[in-house]
Amino acid sequence: MDAFEIVEGQVAVLDRADVDTDQIIPKQFLKRVERTGFGEFLFYDWFRSGEVELEPHPILVAGRNFGSGSSREHAVWALKDFGFDVVIAPSFSDIFYSNCTKNGLLPVILSEEECRQVAGSGEARVDLDDQTVTCAQGVFRFEVDEQIKHRLVNGLDDVAMTLQRAGKIDEFEQAGRADAGPVTTAL
Amino acid sequence: MADAKSLFDKIWEQHEVDDDLLYVDLHLVHEVTSPQAFDGLRLSGRKVRRPDKTLATADHNVPTDGTPAARLIADELSRKQVQALERNCDEFGIPLYSLGSARRGIVHVIGPELGATQPGMTIVCGDSHTSTHGAFGALAFGIGTSEVEHVLATQCLVQKRPKTMRISYSGQLGFGVTSKDLILATIGRLGTAGMQGYAVEYSGPAIEGLPMEKRMTICNMTIEGGGRAGMIAPDETTFEYVRGKPGTPQDFDAAVERWRHLPTEGGASFDREIEVDASELSPMVTWGTTPGMVTEVTAHVPDPAAMDSPADREAAERALAYMDLEPGTPITEIPLERIFIGSCTNSRITDLREAASLLDGRKIAPSLRGMVVPGSQQVKAQAEEEGLDEVFRSAGFEWRESGCSACLGMNPDILQPGERCASTSNRNFEGRQGAGGRTHLVSPRMAAAAAIEGRFVDIRNWS
Repeated sequence: MDAFEIVEGQVAVLDRADVDTDQIIPKQFLKRVERTGFGEFLFYDWFRSGEVELEPHPILVAGRNFGSGSSREHAVWALKDFGFDVVIAPSFSDIFYSNCTKNGLLPVILSEEECRQVAGSGEARVDLDDQTVTCAQGVFRFEVDEQIKHRLVNGLDDVAMTLQRAGKIDEFEQAGRADAGPVTTAL
Repeated sequence: MADAKSLFDKIWEQHEVDDDLLYVDLHLVHEVTSPQAFDGLRLSGRKVRRPDKTLATADHNVPTDGTPAARLIADELSRKQVQALERNCDEFGIPLYSLGSARRGIVHVIGPELGATQPGMTIVCGDSHTSTHGAFGALAFGIGTSEVEHVLATQCLVQKRPKTMRISYSGQLGFGVTSKDLILATIGRLGTAGMQGYAVEYSGPAIEGLPMEKRMTICNMTIEGGGRAGMIAPDETTFEYVRGKPGTPQDFDAAVERWRHLPTEGGASFDREIEVDASELSPMVTWGTTPGMVTEVTAHVPDPAAMDSPADREAAERALAYMDLEPGTPITEIPLERIFIGSCTNSRITDLREAASLLDGRKIAPSLRGMVVPGSQQVKAQAEEEGLDEVFRSAGFEWRESGCSACLGMNPDILQPGERCASTSNRNFEGRQGAGGRTHLVSPRMAAAAAIEGRFVDIRNWS
């Protein structure tokens, strides 16, 4: 994953609540076995019907509960591949938020009013280190978990970081704390 | 009691390896969200840490027409994806129930039926409906593909401790009202993001009185309320369900003794508590394009103009336009074209028995196409042993092989544009069951009765 730097540029606006991942990337595109090439299928039905139009600007402002429903990470791959580096919304579904952070797509939570102001400004600057979104209508601070921020800012691989703690996992298993559940290979 | 613990607290603390690092007892894998994870492992030269805690099946895009082997799947992309799963499981030593296996089925159906799902465990899967397994008093949640790769490599998940919520249901569900109605009504009340950030425990007399398969329906749909995980305390009902299944511990009695310590202690605190009177709930039907857009079968399609918030109003207007419904239309006057009985929410033997009991000796409306898709090959075999397949077929339903099928339409079982379906599945999103398809979520009983009448009926006073 690339290190997340400051993102500055125009803002695309999707003024809808509860946009689910089935809309972001419909199921017929989940059969690909790669992580790439999903951008052209983003919002497939909405784009195709002309109901929604979005430019591939670096920043997307969306409505509350963005990314609800299916856990498909393909939704994040599609948004990123289309051109977005930041999604700003009043709230995100838990799984979608987590998926974003694994792929260098920064999810930013701002209030409904702040989202409207960023959308209205047309352009914005998102500084993860500072935890601010700056636009013509103001400077808004956002919260982000320290660990997530550390990983994004440094472009770190989650698995590699956990493997540094492999000793703790070994200890956990050796202490007999990992014995719950079936032995699937013996089922 | 300041130190009283909840079911969630106990499981979380028993599985904390290190700060924000949670050990995973069972990792369930399927064909759609895993290929990129296995690729990631290969690229970085990593192995699967615990194949013996990993279990795979093919469910999401498999055809339900009886195709006996992956290489014979007609759709090229589906075939490649299932074959990729077979190769990956073979390479990394993961047990797999693919096409042709008598144990294959929807991942959230086979976990419980194999006894792989047990109280006190942590269970993850690259699928949002993993919350289903919480019905056994496990901590279970859906993860993305990057996390699938992470769990394969480390058997752990980086996870912040969520907040906790308890929803207590007093009273008992009335005649004809099911656990599907209970969870739909709950989501309708709290909203599709009402449980966001929370691990939710469902409790109270109405929950304690439910058999396991009904509890699974509730936990399954936790994600539709935005919840991280849904849980129900294990009790005698749980232990009896798990007893004798292939994956259960050898010393079962000792395991039950341990599991008896799991339930939430008196005085344990939750970040949010909600109370619901279960006896006041009715059969529910969704009218819109989120599971939160739901109302009682006796009600009418709501009028967006009467809604307070502009955002709700706009969303409702868009949903009604998509669903082609007029405000004020009685729910029981909505005509149907398709019926789908299946999905990880309602495709277990109890669900099929309930639907079949209403269909026995009757015919579905001539204008309808009905489809029953058992949750697993084992459910299918059991149903056939009981003669349920004949009941469904005689009534005019198609009887299919197991899989996710029309719940998400990744296989050929899809709605045509504009088709209206009463479905026992979990999501009524736009295009979920096929581009342009219109989905109304209901319980299996409601779906069966609707199949006969060609429209929704209140099963409490229908004969």
